[in-house]
Amino acid sequence: MGFLLYSKNGQLILAILAFAALLAVLLLLARLADRAKGRGGTPVMVAVFGGPALLLLAVGLIYPALRTFWMSVMDERSETFVGLANYAYLIEDSAGLIALRNTMLWVVLVPLLSTGIGLVYAVLIDRSRFEKVAKSLLFLPMAISFVGAGIIWKFVYEYRGAAQEQIGILNAVITGLGFEPIRFLQDSPLNTLFLIAVLVWIEAGFSMVVLSAAIKAVPEDIVEAARLDGVSGWQMFWRITIPSIRPSLVVVLTTISIATLKIFDITRTMTGSQFNTQVLANEMYDWSFTFGDNGIGSAMAVVIFVLVIPLVAYNIRQMARNRAVRG
Amino acid sequence: MTTETTHTTVTPQAERLVRTHRSSASSFRSMVSNRLGSAFALIIAVLWTMPTFGLFISSLRPESAIKSSGWWTILSDPQFTLDNYERILGGATSTNLAVYFQNSLVIAIPATVAPLVLAIMASYAFSVLTWKGRDWVFVGVFALQIVPLQMALIPLLRIFSGTEIADVFPFLSLWVAHTIFGLPLAIFLLHNFMSEVPRDLIEAARIDGAGHVTVFLRVMLPLMLPAIASYAIFQFLWVWNDLLVGLTFSGGSRTVQPLTAALAAMTGDRGQDWHLLTAGAFISIILPLVVFFALQRYFVRGLLAGSVKG
Repeated sequence: MGFLLYSKNGQLILAILAFAALLAVLLLLARLADRAKGRGGTPVMVAVFGGPALLLLAVGLIYPALRTFWMSVMDERSETFVGLANYAYLIEDSAGLIALRNTMLWVVLVPLLSTGIGLVYAVLIDRSRFEKVAKSLLFLPMAISFVGAGIIWKFVYEYRGAAQEQIGILNAVITGLGFEPIRFLQDSPLNTLFLIAVLVWIEAGFSMVVLSAAIKAVPEDIVEAARLDGVSGWQMFWRITIPSIRPSLVVVLTTISIATLKIFDITRTMTGSQFNTQVLANEMYDWSFTFGDNGIGSAMAVVIFVLVIPLVAYNIRQMARNRAVRG
Repeated sequence: MTTETTHTTVTPQAERLVRTHRSSASSFRSMVSNRLGSAFALIIAVLWTMPTFGLFISSLRPESAIKSSGWWTILSDPQFTLDNYERILGGATSTNLAVYFQNSLVIAIPATVAPLVLAIMASYAFSVLTWKGRDWVFVGVFALQIVPLQMALIPLLRIFSGTEIADVFPFLSLWVAHTIFGLPLAIFLLHNFMSEVPRDLIEAARIDGAGHVTVFLRVMLPLMLPAIASYAIFQFLWVWNDLLVGLTFSGGSRTVQPLTAALAAMTGDRGQDWHLLTAGAFISIILPLVVFFALQRYFVRGLLAGSVKG
């Protein structure tokens, strides 16, 4: 018993056992309901199969989201009502403005660049002999954490004075060509672009995999028909490929945009959000957990939420349309 | 590449062969000219691989070498050592990553299994069972993906903090948080797979007198295995790579913090200790890389299910 309670592995085993027991009870309940077969069967069945997940979502996402709205119009300890003061602060404070500006920059550049690179790469390696290897090379960063990626790129960007030997590969190339080394992470505003490159590096593989599958699904008779009409390669790309994969493009762009809005690990590991590289998601963390002001922190969370809404609304509409088509 | 004139001379069989090798992409590529296109693709591939490769090589070099010369000098001056790994896995407590590696595993295993099981069950409720308001609730669950983690964080944290359960089971809040945050996407993905299982199969089993539990366990689960595998990999990588939940729900405690949090702290405190950082970063990515290469096929399938089919 002591092992189960007082060691990490013990607690792990205990958790799995408890979870298994819970499932067994639930399924037993459902089986009893199955036997009863009356009209009451379905509600019990829905409760058993859907209940646990829905309950967790209500407690863990819906309630907290509502509460965050509430906290964003309260003071730092959520005791007195302050109206929109926390939001006003975001717009008046120069640091808040920088975070807002940077977040916008991230959310425009990352989806466009990673989707663009992923698309071009998918097209270039399509049906080549090395397609599989080529794909996994680009896709690899997807498996690496933002923290890991942060360290990897901090090393690539490492700066040493011109007199010293460079150990970061980029500056080694730059000094090798006879230029002055660049302080990639310190010099604002370019440093934000260099941080953005890291997320592009991570997300391009995702867009490449999805778009490559979409390209392969373009019906061959359309391609052949266009070819017989004498369509050139360039026109084929813009008039046939792009329109055919449009739904996938939309999904990739929105998915990456949403991920980008929430990004906080990269600036945190690479610059500590100094040198004007702050983004909303990380500033929210700083306000709530470092400075202990839940009001401003919550207001920032709400701003992120508001920025995400149009993206997801668009996706839901798309989903509803697909459902209608499928029947 | 073949030209239009070949049509007249080749046999129908050969023509079909040629045709199957054409796609809208390949005709674009042939225009850019194969060599230029390949060169461009090669440049991208090198740019995407080099940073990780450089980190790996560096992690195997002695401290003095890392700090005085670039990793590419190994060709002229090959020096390799496992010292960095020894130091970071067995050394002083503040940089001993072995503890955090174990933490990450203890966090990731239940945080992968729990949402997976709950989501499979919920998908059954959304795709096989029929009930009033089902589609609306489903859209609602999908829409929950908009709630940024950041928004749910503090209130969820307050539910746990200070309770006795949190003191006795420090990992519980992390497990629950990851489970909750993983659910909307998991339900969405698995539901997509499940709705593609032919209805006839389920109807047949029902007519044979099988209850929902039997259908779920004997018909659905075996059919869903590939989808389950792909989602499991997805969720595992996501939890393993997470920093935000790990930072906030561990309360900064060394006994529960994941590897990512320890590494993030190290980059702040010991940003110039490249021998520790490179080895540490590689330790944190080694498990995801193994998972990635071993199960790449499933991982990709999981991604596609969620994003291409709507």
